[in-house]
Amino acid sequence: MVTATDLTVTLGRNTVLEGVDFHAAPGQLTAICGPNGSGKTTLLRALTGDLPYRGTVELNGQDIATLPAWALASIRGVLPQASALAFPFTALEVVEIGLARGRAGGDTRAALQALARVDLGHYASRPYQSLSGGEQQRVQLARVLAQVAEPVAQDGPRWLFLDEPVSALDIAHQLEVMQIARDFADAGGGVVAVMHDLNLTAMFADRIALLSRGHVLAAGPVAEVMTTDTLSRAYGCRLRVGAAPAPGTPFILPHAATLAAE
Amino acid sequence: MVALTDPAGELTEAEAPRSRLARARRLHLWLALLLIAVALASLTVGATGVQLWDVARSLARGEELSRMERVVLMDIRLPRLVMGLAVGAALAVSGAVMQGLFRNPLADPGIVGVSAGAGLGAILAIVLGALLPPALLGFAGAHLVPLAAFFGGWVSTILLYRVATRRGHTSVATMLLAGIALGALAGAVSGVLVYMADDSQLRDLTFWGLGSLAGASWTKLAAALPIILVTVAGASFLGRSLNALALGEATAAHIGIPVQRMKRLAILCVAGATGAAVAVSGGIGFVGIVVPHLLRLASGPDHRALLINSALLGAALLVVADMISRVIVAPAELPIGIVTAVLGAPVFLWILLRQRGVVDL
Ligand SMILES: Nc1ncnc2c1ncn2[C@@H]1O[C@H](COP(=O)(O)OP(=O)(O)OP(=O)(O)O)[C@@H](O)[C@H]1O
Ligand SMILES: [Mg+2]
Repeated sequence: MVTATDLTVTLGRNTVLEGVDFHAAPGQLTAICGPNGSGKTTLLRALTGDLPYRGTVELNGQDIATLPAWALASIRGVLPQASALAFPFTALEVVEIGLARGRAGGDTRAALQALARVDLGHYASRPYQSLSGGEQQRVQLARVLAQVAEPVAQDGPRWLFLDEPVSALDIAHQLEVMQIARDFADAGGGVVAVMHDLNLTAMFADRIALLSRGHVLAAGPVAEVMTTDTLSRAYGCRLRVGAAPAPGTPFILPHAATLAAE
Repeated sequence: MVALTDPAGELTEAEAPRSRLARARRLHLWLALLLIAVALASLTVGATGVQLWDVARSLARGEELSRMERVVLMDIRLPRLVMGLAVGAALAVSGAVMQGLFRNPLADPGIVGVSAGAGLGAILAIVLGALLPPALLGFAGAHLVPLAAFFGGWVSTILLYRVATRRGHTSVATMLLAGIALGALAGAVSGVLVYMADDSQLRDLTFWGLGSLAGASWTKLAAALPIILVTVAGASFLGRSLNALALGEATAAHIGIPVQRMKRLAILCVAGATGAAVAVSGGIGFVGIVVPHLLRLASGPDHRALLINSALLGAALLVVADMISRVIVAPAELPIGIVTAVLGAPVFLWILLRQRGVVDL
């Protein structure tokens, strides 16, 4: 379980999150949605212990503030919204860096497997900095997958925290990466993903936490949160929620930029 | 490109991607051999006619060494060689660690003012040390200058890091400018101190600005070598952490690196190695930037091999530079700092040019 209670985050003089409660269960893909600046990244960074916060965050029943970095690293991997690399490492080396805690010998093999999962096995020896934006994002995902290794271990489920994992990807790779996350959840792991694409979210997520200006506007199963009324209120634009033809999941059709344009 | 999956879809051993770290590790051996060759050559070069092979021949025949031979080898050339090795390794490793810490290949103790800070510490100790109570002075002894240099380097590294790094992101422009400011400040204070110095202190001081191994002695080595050995050995454990830091502080923490503790250790290593090196040899520049850069070009940026290779190549390079400085205007001697600057400054400019457009300078 990920359980955050009464989270308040103040950055500089902004109170970016205020009194936020958040839950995510293993075996599920929990999406964090909301407009730009609503606090999605901030919430994710609080959940991963990157930011000072008031309130409590528990991961698998343990307060993350009491866990050392290596212990957290063995439970969860984190894909940040943006990453910059300082030296000319290759794609494979970047993934191997994620295995900093050892497992000597298996390093290269595990890293190559992770690269192959994001469809980049053939770019293993390319310098990371020479890859395209979407390719870099997939290498970073491979790094996270290699670090976490398996969805469930003896001492509990493993977690993926992903900040906009598909923001730079083409449609095929969006589906592929979301499927990787889905499979991870189906195998018993937990996934918390910040998402902008509502239709992908509707297809792949189990639950949604919808943020607006640092508060949780709505949280619950996809079908409950994804209503025309709630979404248009959250994003401040006109849209309509229908049902997609084949799988019958909610389908969001954008309409007009402002609510007033009725 | 390498085929990573065989027809059955099983992963096969990928040769090309694996080889970079392995090659970097094989380089340890070649650099060690180079180091030995350079060291032997250095023992044979000198103003007097003492030749290493003459000595070796007499030793092999069981003859006694002449007094002259013994003095030249044991008290002049050997301490100078050991000091060159130690200082070269210290400067190169400091550079590599600092570049990893600042996540930037332009960081170097000499360029960003850490050496100036260490030099100021040393000058303070030389000039004001005499004012200390004799008991304390006797206690600190020969260690006073290296310790003061270490402290000066430590304070300036921390200052620099505070000024140039915000939330794990280092601004190159701020770092270089802060380095200039620190260097200027240290220079100004040193200038004042030089006015206060007496003649013998003045002689001690002159070689700071130039950088030289000419003052090498076993006494100085006894003070500096332990610090250098400890910090260079300590730095060699930072490989994985510095690799992780290349992905940014937040990601390094996610991977399981205790980032704050590791940064403190890195700063201590830089300060210790730079401080001790500066204390015994003054401001020898550019070793810390040239050596890691060449090694990154040759065998990749993996710090697990880079730090050790930097120590080896740095030691070899400084001994070569020292030989050049002794030979090129013989019988006089060029300050070694001039040699390293001539070799290093173009490399620095080259890195700058290559980075233009990539880095917000
Ligand atoms: N270091 C900071 N100091 C002050 N304010 C900050 C800081 N970081 C973020 N903020 C503010 O906090 C708010 C939430 O930022 P956050 O990055 O969480 O948004 P987000 O929901 O992830 O947006 P996006 O969809 O654009 O990624 C924004 O208004 C932002 O300006
Ligand atoms: Mg964000």
